[in-house]
Amino acid sequence: MNMKTITAFAAILGASVTLIAQNAVSAEANPYGKNVRTGYSYATPETRAMQDDDFSNPGMPLVDTAAKMWNEPAGEAKKSCADCHGAVDDPKGGKLGIPMRGVGAKYPAYDEATKKPINLELRIMKCQTENQKAEAFKYESKPLVGMTGLVAMQSRGMPRLSTADNPNDKLHAAWKAGEEFYYQRRGQLDMACKHCHEDNHGNIIRAELLSQGQTNGFPTYRLKWQGMGSLHKRLGGCNKEIRAEPYKSGSDEYVNLETYLAWRGRGLVMEGPSVRK
Amino acid sequence: MANQPRVKLPKSAKAGEMIQVKTLASHDMETGNRKGKDGTPIPRLILNKFSCTLDGNEIFSADMHPAVSANPYITFYIKAEKSGSYVFNWTDDNGEVTTVSQDMAVS
Repeated sequence: MNMKTITAFAAILGASVTLIAQNAVSAEANPYGKNVRTGYSYATPETRAMQDDDFSNPGMPLVDTAAKMWNEPAGEAKKSCADCHGAVDDPKGGKLGIPMRGVGAKYPAYDEATKKPINLELRIMKCQTENQKAEAFKYESKPLVGMTGLVAMQSRGMPRLSTADNPNDKLHAAWKAGEEFYYQRRGQLDMACKHCHEDNHGNIIRAELLSQGQTNGFPTYRLKWQGMGSLHKRLGGCNKEIRAEPYKSGSDEYVNLETYLAWRGRGLVMEGPSVRK
Repeated sequence: MANQPRVKLPKSAKAGEMIQVKTLASHDMETGNRKGKDGTPIPRLILNKFSCTLDGNEIFSADMHPAVSANPYITFYIKAEKSGSYVFNWTDDNGEVTTVSQDMAVS
């Protein structure tokens, strides 16, 4: 082989390696790597038992109600979720061929219409207003959290997927904004998410055992809330705890953070609806 | 109650078998001790009684007080003797009763 062939060969090889790198998800980039841990692993045996038995998960009655609502026509269009999606666990996804299985593991997704990420809660509300022509549930309302739980449940056992760290990914801008939020100090206590969830997971702050702050269990029945709540409710709580003004549930700031947090939990098995302290 | 309570009772059992019945109600169980954001007390509203009847005869009941947490989980054991219709009732402070019925066949 002469120099020209070698150079040409190297150029092609180099290009394909770059292509692979562009489409691949970098394993080192996730701060936890192989040590990524779900909140379940930080919970006491009693709390885990509540989650393991679907019957005793106190958030489930809300999911039962949502399962009923799934089949009820609503709004001016008099459509039920089932009319478009089939049964909630239909692998073919009904008439439109959009099954619920896997949805929770992929969200937040990129919404072409708004050119922003959209999470499960907002997507359900969007379906209500645009497709059912109904009034959407309020963000932190019981019916919405129940419906989010029902959809999240369909992804149980599946690993969280995210490629948002890839600069070519449509969600990359949101991912970047979420990353900045994660590392930004805020509030009277001047702390960032990382101080608890990256620097000190596994340690105890006052009487609390710090987790990695993963989102694979949401929506969750939080024993502290004595009720089921969304991720944004928890993010607001986190901000309030460091004496920072919380953002609104459904705000761009929290959806961007959610996009970033999904990436931090890549590979974790989806557990919604879970039980946490 | 806005959401129907869950009841776990096997559909069938063998005569003489000990069965664990599980129930889970969805209720805030407002104690009356909390205050709202503006400082006004949030009124008490709890489920204060749970009962289970078999073919009309009460076989288990529990009085609940404000110390019981939200979403009360009540479980008890029964001995399967004959097939029958079980009716579970939850009563709240306003007298509102929520009922769930389930049959169990005993062979």
